[in-house]
Amino acid sequence: MECNMRRITWDRVISILLITPSVIAIAVFVYGFIGFTGFSSFTKWDSLSPDFTLVGWRNYQKLFQIDRFLCDLRNTVTFTVLFLIGCVVIGFLLAVLLDQRIKGEGIFRGIFLFPMAISFIVTGVAWRWLLGPGTIQTGSSGVNLLFQKVGLGFLRWGWFTDPTIWHIKPESGLGMFLQQIGLGGLASPYVGISLAMISVVIAATWQMSGYTMAMYLAGLRGIPEELREAARVDGANEFQIYRHIILPLLQPITLSAVIVLGHISLKIFDLVVSMTGPGPAFATDVPAFYMWDTTFRGNNFAEGAAIATILLVMVAVLIVPYLIYTTRTEAEL
Amino acid sequence: MSRKMFSLISLVTIVATVLTACGGGQTPVPPTQPPAQQPAATQPPAPAAAKGKIEMFSWWTAGGEADGLNAMYDLYKKAYPKVEIVNATVAGGAGTNAKAVLATRLTGGDPPDSFQLHAGLEVEKYEPAKYLQPLDSLYTSQGWDKVFPKDLISLLKYQDHFWGVPVNIHRANVLWYNKKVFDDNGLKPPTTWDEFFKVADALKAKGIVPLVIGTKEGWEAGHTFETILIATLGADGYKGLWTGKTQWTDPKVADALNTFKKVMTYANTDYSALTWDGAAQYLVDGKGAMHIMGDWTDGWFISKKYTGYGYVPVPGTAGVFDALSDSFAAAKGAKNQDNLMAWLSLAGSKAGQEAFNPKKGSICARTDCDPKLFDDYLQSAMKDWSSNAIVPSVVHGAAAVEKWATVYKDILNTFATKGDVAAAQKSLQQSCVDNGVCK
Repeated sequence: MECNMRRITWDRVISILLITPSVIAIAVFVYGFIGFTGFSSFTKWDSLSPDFTLVGWRNYQKLFQIDRFLCDLRNTVTFTVLFLIGCVVIGFLLAVLLDQRIKGEGIFRGIFLFPMAISFIVTGVAWRWLLGPGTIQTGSSGVNLLFQKVGLGFLRWGWFTDPTIWHIKPESGLGMFLQQIGLGGLASPYVGISLAMISVVIAATWQMSGYTMAMYLAGLRGIPEELREAARVDGANEFQIYRHIILPLLQPITLSAVIVLGHISLKIFDLVVSMTGPGPAFATDVPAFYMWDTTFRGNNFAEGAAIATILLVMVAVLIVPYLIYTTRTEAEL
Repeated sequence: MSRKMFSLISLVTIVATVLTACGGGQTPVPPTQPPAQQPAATQPPAPAAAKGKIEMFSWWTAGGEADGLNAMYDLYKKAYPKVEIVNATVAGGAGTNAKAVLATRLTGGDPPDSFQLHAGLEVEKYEPAKYLQPLDSLYTSQGWDKVFPKDLISLLKYQDHFWGVPVNIHRANVLWYNKKVFDDNGLKPPTTWDEFFKVADALKAKGIVPLVIGTKEGWEAGHTFETILIATLGADGYKGLWTGKTQWTDPKVADALNTFKKVMTYANTDYSALTWDGAAQYLVDGKGAMHIMGDWTDGWFISKKYTGYGYVPVPGTAGVFDALSDSFAAAKGAKNQDNLMAWLSLAGSKAGQEAFNPKKGSICARTDCDPKLFDDYLQSAMKDWSSNAIVPSVVHGAAAVEKWATVYKDILNTFATKGDVAAAQKSLQQSCVDNGVCK
């Protein structure tokens, strides 16, 4: 008994000792710097040497008047929504297909999962070449050329060079109506879908849907065969089994996937830089890109910090409910 | 027991890692020489006495620029064999990555001795009074105020001091064209914008892209527009835009925007997908006819083994040299003051510039370099350099403070696609006000 006690104490000491360095490091290098960035965003720091005069919310007010930043927010929302839908749907379908106990499953799993191992920079460059549209005079290139060759020429379009924004026109009927009920702000090009972003979504989905597939596959394998059997005995067809048994059981997986993919998409930077750059009239620009530009080219450190803080808040909106949810679930167990 | 052992081992490993990590964070720079307090700036030290190190910071990591830099290093090594050159480079086009690293090193009190800087108002970004050494005495002792053109001298002065030594000059307002395409269609390179549009219409009818442009990196639209501004406002009018003498609300600015808008209707439709060299490839392939870009294009054509190109000043800018220049600055608190001054003397010398520029594909900032060392295009640029009116480029850091130039390029990037003249002019005026130049 005594020996046991001693052992526990020793283990405790060791575990505390082991954990301390990382706790300190994280406290300083993660939370400390988050705090510092947050603080900087309220200062006047717009030159090389810091100027910590507090200016309140001025940096934020200014940001929301800058055309480029408003475009960025729109693009991020477009990207996040389309990317999440794409990855979850494709990932789930792939997982279901692979779950049919097909021959050579391991090979397919590897093939679908492999893109995830590639850097976003490489993905970006490859997809820039694939989707680069060419011009009428110089001839199509990439996928457009493929469309042309197989007789689907009408499908050719500008891909990520198309500056079109789908949005409600202020002068249209709906726009007028929105203005009358005081929501005229919704009928603006800053609230819309940037078509050029779709190309970026395709590239990102290509890269990450395999990962989503792996998550779903693990989830599917965790569902006991007896449940399906029982459903079959009760007369459910395959579709109903998925609709009423599998999908509800996979809910935690979907949630995790949405969290992981969501924070990737909010932070996206490298893919955009290597694939499209800021795009025509900032049609593919993202906040992280603007943050880098304004901080290191323009020396607007405070403005950059403000963008970083806004990004953090956006990620937090996504992650915090998830953290609360998981802590609760764990507490219940 | 084994678990205890394991825990202990992990603990030791972690502690060791943390310790080494901390140790590695500091750059071990043993000061072999105490830093000279008084700038022995005026006189470069005698070769025999010089030893120790010099740290040079640049973003010249590849191609002709790196070759040119190495040629200068070779000269330096010959003169000061005992000095070790630390070549600190950070890769990345236009130096954006390098500038981020540099900012950290300057504010952190660990500056490289000398670093690369675009000559002109970009120097404001580095708060010269705080982080840089004025180089006035070096200019006097080396007689540079006489060998650099007068317009360059006034461009180099910021707050009445010299802060950098220019090693090269690039020209931004060059119209490159495919000779074969022009000959085949019986066209002459345009000298005015009216001619340009006539030529462009003729080319368009033939199914050739009249003007190739790539704006993927965000600054190229601003580059093209600044040459149009020069053409519309003239050298003095253009220079005045950055000093407040010319108003951005001037109807001529609107004219320039309208010209640029019309120019973009003759551009390749996939411009936002291409970098400038990607666009220039259309010209090389004979699918495009003209390209407005700086004269680094000359070096790029040569590296592609392409010789069928011609060059004229951008329409309406004959007699004006839209210049940008790389220079080397001296950091305040440099650890190797004497070696640094020796380096800067070399960078501004005839020998140094003649070693560097033919490799980099640019011309000397000095007007007395030997033309025979340079190719045809560069020789023509040298002639213009010593005779033309010189105006500073804004996109390349010479005309305006970096903060303003960043906003300028964003406005033009939007304008190239949207073509909203009134909105662009308003934003340009606003950015001038924001930077305290206009009221």
